[in-house]
Amino acid sequence: MRSNKPLALFAAAAFVLAGCGGGGDASTEGPVTLTWWHNRTTEPMKSKWQEVADGFTKTHPNTSFNIEPLQNEQFQTKVPLALQGNTPPDIFQQWGGGQLADQMKSGKIADITESSKGWIGPVGKYADGWKVGDKQLGVPYLMHAVGFWYRKDLFAAAGITTPPSTVEELNAAVTKLKGTGVTPIAIGGKDRWPDAFYWGYFAVRQCSVDTLKKAVEKTELTDPCFTKAGENLKAFLDTKPFQDGFVGTPAQQGAGSSAGLLANGQAAMELQGDWNPDVMRALTEDKDLDSKLGWFPFPAVTGGEGDPTVLLGGGDGFSCTTRAAQACSEFLGHLVSDEVQKILAETGSGLPVTEAGVAALKSEAHKTISENMSKASHLQFYFDTAFPTKVGQALNDAIANFFAGQGGPDTIVKSVSEAAAGNK
Amino acid sequence: MSAAITTRPPTAPVPHAPAAGGTRRRSRTRTRLELALLLTPALVLFAGFVLIPIGVAAYYSLYSWNGFGPLSDFVGFQNYVDALSGEVFQGAIGHNLIIAVLSIVVQLPLSISLAMLLNRKIRGRTFLRMVVFAPYVLSEAVTAVIWLLMLQPGGFVDSILRGIGLGGLVQLWLADPSIVLYTLFLVITWKYIGFGVILLLAGLQGVPPELREAAALDGASAWQTTRHVVLPLLGPTIRIWVFLSVIGSLQLFDLVWIMTLGGPANASTTMATYLVDHGFKRYEFGFGSAVAVILFIICFLFALLYQRFALRRDTDGALTGVR
Repeated sequence: MRSNKPLALFAAAAFVLAGCGGGGDASTEGPVTLTWWHNRTTEPMKSKWQEVADGFTKTHPNTSFNIEPLQNEQFQTKVPLALQGNTPPDIFQQWGGGQLADQMKSGKIADITESSKGWIGPVGKYADGWKVGDKQLGVPYLMHAVGFWYRKDLFAAAGITTPPSTVEELNAAVTKLKGTGVTPIAIGGKDRWPDAFYWGYFAVRQCSVDTLKKAVEKTELTDPCFTKAGENLKAFLDTKPFQDGFVGTPAQQGAGSSAGLLANGQAAMELQGDWNPDVMRALTEDKDLDSKLGWFPFPAVTGGEGDPTVLLGGGDGFSCTTRAAQACSEFLGHLVSDEVQKILAETGSGLPVTEAGVAALKSEAHKTISENMSKASHLQFYFDTAFPTKVGQALNDAIANFFAGQGGPDTIVKSVSEAAAGNK
Repeated sequence: MSAAITTRPPTAPVPHAPAAGGTRRRSRTRTRLELALLLTPALVLFAGFVLIPIGVAAYYSLYSWNGFGPLSDFVGFQNYVDALSGEVFQGAIGHNLIIAVLSIVVQLPLSISLAMLLNRKIRGRTFLRMVVFAPYVLSEAVTAVIWLLMLQPGGFVDSILRGIGLGGLVQLWLADPSIVLYTLFLVITWKYIGFGVILLLAGLQGVPPELREAAALDGASAWQTTRHVVLPLLGPTIRIWVFLSVIGSLQLFDLVWIMTLGGPANASTTMATYLVDHGFKRYEFGFGSAVAVILFIICFLFALLYQRFALRRDTDGALTGVR
C-alpha cells in the first residue's frame, strides 16, 4: 500500500524541517545573506523585487539576497514549519493582524520597534496593522482596500447616473441592471473570501469604529450590531443580486470567474480588492477595459452606527526574523523609501504606503481608492486576518455557508466565539 | 554423459553440490551481510519518510498546537473526539464512502465493457484506446481547472447539452449542494476510467484464446463465455483495480480542492480537504495531525482487511511469505 499522501507530506515536511537545522550566523556585523520569501511570483513585480534587492546590495555591499518567490497558499504551510525549525527565512511575506500575533509565539519574529524609528514615520497609520501590542513586528509596503468595481458602460445603459452611496440606491441599481439583462453583481463564491467582504462591510457600516476595535481586540462579536449586520446581509442576498450558481464560481480563474464576468461585460459590479483590474485584464481581449471601469466605496447603511468612510482592507508587508534583524530592518526601511514606493506605484499592484508613492500612481481608479484611504477614519483589516487564524477561517467558513443557504446571522457571530473557545 | 544432461527436464532444479559445514556457515554470514547492505538504504528511507512521520503525526495529534512554540498543551484524545463528533468531518467520511462505492458500482462495469470492446479487432482500435486513456495522463490539477471552467453556468457543458436538445439536464453543477458531489464523481470517472480500461485490457490479454474456443465448441453463448470464462480469469486484475480505486477514493483531494474547496456549504468536503482546511488553514496542527491519523487508520485497516480476504489468493506466495 502506498502511504497516505496528505499525512506523509504533512509529517515528512515537519520532520525534514525540524531535522535539518544548521547553525545560523547570529551576528549582524560583516557580510550577511538575507533569505527573502515574497509572494510576487509573476511579472512585473517578480523582477522589480530582484532589481530592488540588487540596488540595495550596491549601496550596502555587506548585504546580499537569496530570493525565493512563493505562491500565497504556500506561506500558510511553509512559514509555521520554518518558524518551528532552526533556519527560518530572514524576511518573509507578512499580512499582519492575528496571523502575525500567532507567529510571534514562535519567538523568532524580530521586534523592529527601535530599529525602524528612523524610517517608519512616512508609513503613518498603515504600520499599525503590523504591530502586536506596542511592538512593531513588520511593515507594509503596499496597502489594499476593497470596494465596488463597476462598468461605466453598463451603468449608463441602465440609466444609472451616479454610483450608489447608500444600500437603498445599490438595491435600486440592481433592479435597473436586471432590467437590461446583465448580472448586476458578480461574486466568486467558490473561493469563500469574496463572501467575507460582504459580511465584513455590512459589519463595518453597522458598527462604530470603537466597537470594531474592541471586537478585534477581544476576539468576539457579542455586540448586537454584528448580528444586525448579518440580518442586513440577508436582506441584501434576498434581492438576488448575483449571477446564477454564484457559490460555485471561482473569483479569478477563467472568463467564467467573477472577475471574468465583469471584464467581459456580463456583470456590472464586483466587490473586490484594488488588484481586480490586473486580474480582469488577463481574462478579456478588451483593450479599453480600464476606461470602462470605475470604483466606488461600499455604500452607507441607513441607521448604521458605522462611519461610511471606513474601508475594509489589508496590506502586503514583510516581517524579519531574529537572525539578521538589523540588516533586514534596514532593507524594510528601503522598501518604504520614496524611491522604491514610486517604483511600486508604477506597477499598479497595490496602494503605496507613503505620500510620495501615492503621488506616483498612474491609474485613475487607484488614485480614487488612495484618496478614500487617506480620508478614512479607520482601515478595518479583513476580519479573517484581524482575528487569530483559526477564528478568522472559522468566520469565513460560516459566512460562506450562509451564502450557500446554511445557518443565519447568529451562526456567523457564534462561529467566532466557538472557534476562540477552541471548539472545532 | 551429454545425453544425461539433455534428458533433464528444463524446470528441474540443478542439484546442489554438497557443501562442507564450514562453507555453509560462512555463506550464511555472507547472506546476512548482503541483506543488511542491500536493505539498509531502503529501510532508512522508509523509516525516515514514512514510519517516523507517522509516529510524529500521532504524537502531535495528542496536543492542541498551532505550529508555533513548544508542544505544551496536552489534550489526550480530545482532537480525535472533536473530529469524529463534528458534523463536517462525519459528512466528509460519508462523501469519501459515497465516492468509493460509486467507483465500484459505476466505474467497474463501465471499465470492463470498454475494455472488452477495445479488445475486439475493430477499426481504429489503437486510436480509441488512446482516446480513452488520454485523460488519465493529465494531472489532477489540470483536469480540475479544465472542468471547473467547463462546468460554470452557461459554460461549455451547458452549451453542449442545450445544443443537442438536452437542455433540461442542465444543472448548477458545482453550485447545488445536492448535486456537486456527483458532478465531481463524473469528473473523477472521466479521468480514471482510462486507467481501469488499460489495466483490464492487460488482463484480457492473459485470457488464452483456446479457452474461448473450447467454450464456443461446447456451445456456450457469448454471454456465458464472458460470464464463466473471461470474468473469472480477470478476477485478479479486478481485485487490484478495486483496491486502488478505494484507496484513491479515500485520499481524494486535488480535484475537490481546486473545483469546490469542499463547498458549497461543505457538500463536497472529503477527509483530505477537511484535513487541509482545518489543519493547515486554521493553524491547528495538532488537530490536523489527528485527522491525518484517522485517515491513515481507515486506509490501513481497509488495506489489511482487503489483503486478508480479497487479495490473498492472488498474492499467495508473492507477498504472504515464501513457505
